[in-house]
Amino acid sequence: MSDTVLPPTLAENAPDSTEKVSPVTQEPANTFELRHVNVFYGDMLAVKDVSMAIPHNQITAFIGPSGCGKSTLLRSLNRMNDLITGARVEGDVLYHGVDMYGPKIDPVQVRTVIGMVFQKPNPFPKSIYDNVAFGPRLQGRKGNLDDVVEKALRGAALWDEVKDRLKDNAYGMSGGQQQRLCIARAIAVEPDVILMDEPCSALDPVSTGRIEDLMVELKETYTIVIVTHNMQQAARVADRTAFFTVLANDETGSRTGVLVEYDITSKIFSKPADERTENYVSGRFG
Amino acid sequence: MSTTVENPGVSSSGQPLRSLEAPGPRIGEKIIKGLLWLAATLSVVVTTGIVLSLLIPSIGFFQTVPIWDFLTGTVWAPAFANPSYGVLPIVVGTLMVVFFAILVAVPVGLTSAIYLSEYASRRVRKSIKPILEVLEGLPTVAIGLFAFNVLTPLIRDLTPFLPWTGPFSIGVAGITVGLLIVPLVASVSDDAMRSVPASLREGAYAMGATKFEVALKVVVPAAISGIIAAFVLGISRAIGETMVVLLVAGAGNPVLSFDPTKGTQTMTAYIGSTATGDIAAGTITYDSIFAVGALLFLMTLAMNILAMRLVKKYREVYD
Amino acid sequence: MADEPDYTSRVAMPRRTRVAVGGAREVTQAMFTEGDRKKKIQGALFASVLLLGLSVALIAIAAMITWAFVAGGPRLNINLFTNVPSVVTPENAGYRTAILGTLYVIGGVILLIVPLGVGAAVYLEQFANPANKFNRFVDLNIQNLAGVPSIVFGILGLAFIVRGPLSLGFVAAAGSLTLALLVLPTVILASREAIRAVPSSIRDGSLALGATVWQAVWRQVLPAALPGILTGVILAVSRAIGEAAPLLLVGAVTFVTFNPSFFEGGYTTLPTMIYSYASRPQEELQTLAAAGVVVMLVILIMINSVAIYLRNRFERTW
Repeated sequence: MSDTVLPPTLAENAPDSTEKVSPVTQEPANTFELRHVNVFYGDMLAVKDVSMAIPHNQITAFIGPSGCGKSTLLRSLNRMNDLITGARVEGDVLYHGVDMYGPKIDPVQVRTVIGMVFQKPNPFPKSIYDNVAFGPRLQGRKGNLDDVVEKALRGAALWDEVKDRLKDNAYGMSGGQQQRLCIARAIAVEPDVILMDEPCSALDPVSTGRIEDLMVELKETYTIVIVTHNMQQAARVADRTAFFTVLANDETGSRTGVLVEYDITSKIFSKPADERTENYVSGRFG
Repeated sequence: MSTTVENPGVSSSGQPLRSLEAPGPRIGEKIIKGLLWLAATLSVVVTTGIVLSLLIPSIGFFQTVPIWDFLTGTVWAPAFANPSYGVLPIVVGTLMVVFFAILVAVPVGLTSAIYLSEYASRRVRKSIKPILEVLEGLPTVAIGLFAFNVLTPLIRDLTPFLPWTGPFSIGVAGITVGLLIVPLVASVSDDAMRSVPASLREGAYAMGATKFEVALKVVVPAAISGIIAAFVLGISRAIGETMVVLLVAGAGNPVLSFDPTKGTQTMTAYIGSTATGDIAAGTITYDSIFAVGALLFLMTLAMNILAMRLVKKYREVYD
Repeated sequence: MADEPDYTSRVAMPRRTRVAVGGAREVTQAMFTEGDRKKKIQGALFASVLLLGLSVALIAIAAMITWAFVAGGPRLNINLFTNVPSVVTPENAGYRTAILGTLYVIGGVILLIVPLGVGAAVYLEQFANPANKFNRFVDLNIQNLAGVPSIVFGILGLAFIVRGPLSLGFVAAAGSLTLALLVLPTVILASREAIRAVPSSIRDGSLALGATVWQAVWRQVLPAALPGILTGVILAVSRAIGEAAPLLLVGAVTFVTFNPSFFEGGYTTLPTMIYSYASRPQEELQTLAAAGVVVMLVILIMINSVAIYLRNRFERTW
């Protein structure tokens, strides 16, 4: 993570499209900036007043007890909440300075730039090849996609295992392999960000370990935000961690998530500033 | 706020940032959504069409024939020189069919359902259900022909004490329709009984009840609204059956009669046999088809709505 | 009688004796076991009554199929398919025009119900807001239409398709339209079930990759729902093939001796032709009617077998 904060000047920093600019010398614009974000489901406030910045090329983890809105907040980063009737986002969600909920923004386009991997692996009932090729084909790429598929499968550390059986049905793979396939599928469209919603909770420890290793590799090329209810996972892979908790109102029966603390992972786990954080990470409550 | 032009920075892989705006107006998507919407609203158009096609000629009809005379008159002779438009004879014909149909469908349908839901093993269920579905899928013209050629003589031989005359019989038509609706009654009752939670049954078994007692005293009462719905649906189907009554009860005798051995005309038979003749449009006789059709539609609509309410009731209780 | 079964001697007995011996032992033992004997008998009796009820239905089917083959047997030859209908020379009459008419009419039905039925189902399941009042009204409509008697659709056809706004006249296309409207609710309901059975994770996964709703539906959801949809369409078609009542009102009972066309001239279909023959007094025509039933049954059995095969083959556990 870069410590220097250079003032952005448009002329200096607008990238020349023929030049590949290395991220380190570039102004470290945060990928996401959230300012006073509230997420509603109808009248119910699911996530309250979240403000934070998510840096690029790092792994940022959302942790906290169940029901604290971490998945809801994650889904608002690629506008998947739009699919739920009655869902509403207030406040600013900025992607590289652009308001993601602005009037001209197209949710479909957003999702080609910000990808998502789900909790339960959900490969399509098609061949491994067709699963990975689906995204590029949506973008209109025709013809031979072999190189695209190979690149994505290598990127997901799955190529060696499946290179001889690309035409096999994806459902024949193990859970861990299916999840890596879903990751390959997501990176085949060359997104900027990969959101992961509890990606390992349905997997065994060995598969989990492989995917965690994969995540650390992937952050070279992508910005990663993960939701996990496994604290140790956050401690292992995340550069920064955000701890959320739930405010339950017994009268109205409502549960609202709030951001308690957000900092470098090592600080969250060894010297948390808030007592609630300390209670959670030390296992006093879960 | 800022626009993409002024947007600084590159993506995480060092590539230029991609725009979040739509690449085009996405007209294709909008057109498709519109076409699909049209397909969905077609059902509303059809219902409206049915209502209008029945209503408009009926209005013309009832301007000539007072509605009271229509509903209470006992002589139905629309095509005669001295026409009479009392609809009761053909309504009674329809009700006779319903009566005998229920007489057959209640025992056969309910017992089949109880057997399938409470007694039969999974394998037996799996092989019997498709067979019942076959019965449901048989063309009614075939069933009617079979009934006329085989059932009528059979029943006549079994009941020589009844005053049989002529080849047609509304009673046999009703029995045949009853057989026809058995799969419908059985499957709806079966659904109702299977949605009774296992815990109710297990509680009864734990108290020492036999299968017979559990079926009759626990499951059937618990599923009763669904079972009644099954019969209401069966009645609705029986009211609307056309081919069987045409073939077995004949198409030509609209005389008010409660005698099952006679052939009597039902509402559906009247419509089916009159509309095929050469009746000029715009005449009273032509309009009478629609008036009877309207009555038919209202009767089945009432039954269907009742059945839907009953089904909703039993679904609510257990969901 | 020994308390323990004597295996060595039992093996040597012929089968019938073995069964009788076993049965005798069981009955005797039952007399001495605990339990309310009355209840047991009651239970057994009840079970047999239930089985009887079920058997009535099954016997009726078997009887009907048998009768059709027996009564129609004499006319089950190739002439059935190649000869045109005739009243004057009943021994030469056949079903050729009726079979062609059925093909035309049912062809038209399929062309109509697939896009309209599947389209409506897709809209209601994937695009519509279920809380919306209008969509609930559409839902209710479809449920109601499924219960309307078939002859009422004939009235609709007579008023609006043959005459009225469309004024197609008594032609095969009118028959197609009328039957299509009749079976459309079936297709819509079956397709909706099939689409609903596809897990939402498939749709979510597609959308998360940047697909529009239609792209997700067309490329992933519909292909996955296809077997179920196909089954629904086949069942609807099989019902349409056997329908006669609505067609009586839209012109299918004319005695047609020429080959049909879609928009001109009279037509007839297999079930209406059977009805036509059956309503006439000639003995040969009665036999012919029964033979027609056999043809129809064979066609329907073939179609339904395809549907059952498809259902079993593609029964995917998600």
